[in-house]
Amino acid sequence: MIGGEKMVYDVAVAGGGPAGLAAAISAYDSGAKKVIILERDVRLGGILLQCIHSGFGLHYFGEEFTGPEYALRFVDEVKKRDIETKTNAMVISLQKESGVHIITVVCADTGVEEIEAKAVVFATGCRERTRGALRIAGTRPAGVLTAGAAQRFVNIEGYLPGRRIVILGSGDIGLIMARRLTLEGCEVKMVCEVMPHSQGLARNMTQCLENFHIPLHLSTTVVNIHGDSRVKGVTIAKVDENKRPIAGTEEYVECDTLLLSVGLIPENEVCSSSGVALDGCTKGPIVNQYMQTNVEGVFACGNAVHVHDTVDFVTEESLIAGKMAGKYALSKIGERGRVLVYPVAAGEGVNAVVPQRIDIYPDTKGEKARITFRATDVLRNVEVRAYLSSALLCKKTLQAVRPGEMQRIEIPHETILSAAGEALLQGEITISIARRV
Amino acid sequence: MKKFMTCIICPMGCQLTAEKGESGDIAVYGNTCPRGKKYAIKELTYPTRTLTCTVRVIDGERPLVAAKSIGEVPRDMQVECMSVVRRYAVTAPVKIGDVLIKDILGTGSNIVAVENVNK
Repeated sequence: MIGGEKMVYDVAVAGGGPAGLAAAISAYDSGAKKVIILERDVRLGGILLQCIHSGFGLHYFGEEFTGPEYALRFVDEVKKRDIETKTNAMVISLQKESGVHIITVVCADTGVEEIEAKAVVFATGCRERTRGALRIAGTRPAGVLTAGAAQRFVNIEGYLPGRRIVILGSGDIGLIMARRLTLEGCEVKMVCEVMPHSQGLARNMTQCLENFHIPLHLSTTVVNIHGDSRVKGVTIAKVDENKRPIAGTEEYVECDTLLLSVGLIPENEVCSSSGVALDGCTKGPIVNQYMQTNVEGVFACGNAVHVHDTVDFVTEESLIAGKMAGKYALSKIGERGRVLVYPVAAGEGVNAVVPQRIDIYPDTKGEKARITFRATDVLRNVEVRAYLSSALLCKKTLQAVRPGEMQRIEIPHETILSAAGEALLQGEITISIARRV
Repeated sequence: MKKFMTCIICPMGCQLTAEKGESGDIAVYGNTCPRGKKYAIKELTYPTRTLTCTVRVIDGERPLVAAKSIGEVPRDMQVECMSVVRRYAVTAPVKIGDVLIKDILGTGSNIVAVENVNK
């Protein structure tokens, strides 16, 4: 864009991690030839570049890869296509003007730039909950960091965050870092988890904690942090069923580092300030099954929409987002006016349903809408049911469900249309989980 | 003698029971695929793991290169292998597939780069 006419891209993708890479590839393959990826880091690949452990790609590739390997496969696919990429470029705002999206990007080399695109895909990932969000009491010494920040220091920069570690949170990032730091010669004293059960995958309990004899203290949290300039220790305590610390159960643990693995929050500052409506439960944009937000031509995918457990799901969802963004740019999506809109909501035993809306365009009877959701409890032998108002659409049997594992169900458009009947009844689709009798 | 374990082969994490019979044969229950059975038997006889780590890079655009073992190493030798990895450094450029450490601690497995690091 040096001089002359300003180029209007077909699709601009904010974020060059696995979500953005997949979206750019499918946008390009759908026919949109002017595609650009805007990535704020120095190279493409996103968070996977610091996830040096293996476990990625088992569904998508049928093979287990480390994070960098999985990411680089998609970077290679981007390079094979004529897709423009700009690294060291951070998207800071989005506006719409005369039917075109204007993206403001801060670039390390050229300063503030404006990029115009017909369609935009937000693949901005998520960030970690911090100590401030948890309001842990105590002094503010060095040595308190989120597990992902520690992962960046260890795996990319080559620094240990400390030597005697306590980890709060048994989600996968916490478990993975427990192992990683032990392998790098640290003493990981314990992992504390406020819930009565571990939040991460069962396999990580084995390969990260048990195999290294790292104790896991359930129903336990950190109530105080001690130390002047550097962490000297933490006070842990048992909690009751309301996660409130139980007086008298406090215990001092000597350590020099506290890692927090206590939740991920989708990154949506830019898109929400540009008018994209967010879901209070997922903290991500409200989307339809094509990953389209409430703003015409703005799509979202990956952890920015809802926090995923496996990157394979991110890839599948992002391929859909990119394909539809490409079709939108080429004006190939059906007329908005003739769409049948069905809101999707969480029923009994379910939360974090995505998409929050199924839009049935004309001539899409043969398609299936993929809905993901999470169970609110740990349950065995369950049936997942999808209803349109009181009419059963479909059901699925599952051996076990738990909140830490994203589930999905596919509903054929045809099934929804049949239930809606000739009168094309409106109604809400609900997804619920019940124990099988 | 029954041993209970979680299979680590895939994210499903099937809960397995392995029982060594009098003849020395190991019976496995709870697996939903054949790899789970193989894993359980290995865990009882010769448990191994893929080692993933970083190796220091000299004169590279980044200080570390992500690496993994091709072939597994004994589960209880992981920490010892890491003390060897920590003493190594490779000079840029490093390419995906480059063997950084050959036959680590006599395990027969090589530590290999999984990403590129240019000069």
